[in-house]
Amino acid sequence: MKASEGFSPGQHLVFQLLVLIFIVAGIAMGSVMLPLVDTLDTLWALISGASLPQSSASAILVHVRIPRVLSAALIGAALSLCGAAMQGLLRNPLADGSTLGVSSGASLGAVIAISLGITVPALPFAGTVMMAMLFAFASLMLILALSYSFDRSFSTQTIILMGVIFSMFASSLISLIMAFSGDKLRSITFWTMGSLAGTTYVNVLILLLALVFFGGLITLHGRELNAFAVGEENALHIGVPVRRVKLTVMIAVSGLIGVCVSVGGTIGFVGLIIPHITRMALGPNHRKLLPASFYFGAIFLLLCDLIARTVVSPVELPIGVVTSLIGAMVFVFIFRGRKRKER
Amino acid sequence: MLKAKNISVSYNVDKKALDGVTLEAKENQWIMLLGPNGAGKSTLIKALSRVLPYEGEVLIKGQDIAHIKPRKLAGMLGVLQQSNPVNYAFTVEEIVQLGRYAFRGGIFSKPRQDNEEKVEQALLWTGMSDFRGRKITSLSGGERQRAFLAQVFAQDPDILLLDEPSGSLDLKHQQALFDLVREWAQKPGRCVISAVHDLSLARKYGSHAILLRNGKAPAQGSIQTVMSRDNLSAVYGMDVHQWMKDMLVQWA
Repeated sequence: MKASEGFSPGQHLVFQLLVLIFIVAGIAMGSVMLPLVDTLDTLWALISGASLPQSSASAILVHVRIPRVLSAALIGAALSLCGAAMQGLLRNPLADGSTLGVSSGASLGAVIAISLGITVPALPFAGTVMMAMLFAFASLMLILALSYSFDRSFSTQTIILMGVIFSMFASSLISLIMAFSGDKLRSITFWTMGSLAGTTYVNVLILLLALVFFGGLITLHGRELNAFAVGEENALHIGVPVRRVKLTVMIAVSGLIGVCVSVGGTIGFVGLIIPHITRMALGPNHRKLLPASFYFGAIFLLLCDLIARTVVSPVELPIGVVTSLIGAMVFVFIFRGRKRKER
Repeated sequence: MLKAKNISVSYNVDKKALDGVTLEAKENQWIMLLGPNGAGKSTLIKALSRVLPYEGEVLIKGQDIAHIKPRKLAGMLGVLQQSNPVNYAFTVEEIVQLGRYAFRGGIFSKPRQDNEEKVEQALLWTGMSDFRGRKITSLSGGERQRAFLAQVFAQDPDILLLDEPSGSLDLKHQQALFDLVREWAQKPGRCVISAVHDLSLARKYGSHAILLRNGKAPAQGSIQTVMSRDNLSAVYGMDVHQWMKDMLVQWA
């Protein structure tokens, strides 16, 4: 089968090398520029298990840059993959984790965790992760239940409308909590803007596990997403178990977004524009669109992270601000191009 | 091949869109569902294809479709919708290949060997071979409908359901579509049920008909019997035969 097949192993390798180049660049560059040789030395020492070079450069790399850059790559890949999946599932190029209300739900959970100081003993970070995931799932269930109670056919328009309404509701709750949060206001504000500062290897590990599990689940549904993207009723007619697939993909997306939000805060536009651009370049077939969005999302967020760290260094911009600035401009540009083409 | 017993569908509590319709489709029959707007034609198609929840029982080869798994049902029942608006620029070939979704195999099963052959055949039959690389979003209404007909042919079901398939097509494309379906339906083990607005088309292509009005089926049987002057006048509220004759005079 030709047209529906995904990438060949060779093509995957090219994409992976590309991501790797951006990862190494991201590690070497920053407010303190490190010579590429030192960077590669340290990386090699880490991989081969040799003793690390005793320098401040290598300490920066190991304790700050590497976990952060890896987090950026993983979050970018995850958000973009989720966006691609939702846009296919809901047949709407404007769908995204945020359109579904999942991102806002996850944020609400994390903000509650921060303001109430919810932690798990020995794993201080786990409180936020658990709450974000829990709220992501809960808000998804709430949105689905509400949509179903209004519209038994479970149409995508209803789901998106519920998602948007819920997002607004969650945002206002977040604002409310912030108004009463006193001394924690700064950390919450910083976090809602989206930030990768201070990410650790534990974060990287959690992201990686979530990506393997939830991301794998999404990627396995490429054909089903093609069917949904053509039309939900058509999908039903050609034999897709519509409800089961819808639920599986939505749960995977909310799980993945919950983890991303708990690590990096609200990082907007990645899930919206990267799948969009990828679709313009490679076509709508999810067997290619999903993996390509994954790789391009990683590269995009690596670049944004680099900009956030370097453009006004030593001051660091919140990465969510960078993605939104770039994303909004790119989006207007795409939209204008599309409208011109239609004319 | 297909038996439906006492099918009822209600969109809201106080009004039934379909009220106890019973029908049977046999091999090589083409059953036309006729009736004015809102009579329940499309609703019946949607109930038979499990899009709408219904009361009653639909059996295909003796099996209740409520308990058949989606992939298996896709091998028995194919549907061509009235229109298929597509937002994304899939190629015609990708659209037609989706018709083989149910036979692609999964983690625990192997794909069927004849998948590619069926896709090629369907493209050839419908005259869409030259369009295989074209984007579905760039096609005209008629071409798009033919692409989806190719999809359902590739799916290769026993029973084909059509919901006003020629609604947006011009005369030439209507004829082409109905000729293709008639040829398809003449092969052994196949039958067609379609909701049709155009009574001339129904008369020309149908072997049997079911007349619907307010969700009930006051008449069904062979196309000649059902489309009698009295039956049509009762359901459509006008002398349909006279109207058709008057129309023909215009062309004499």
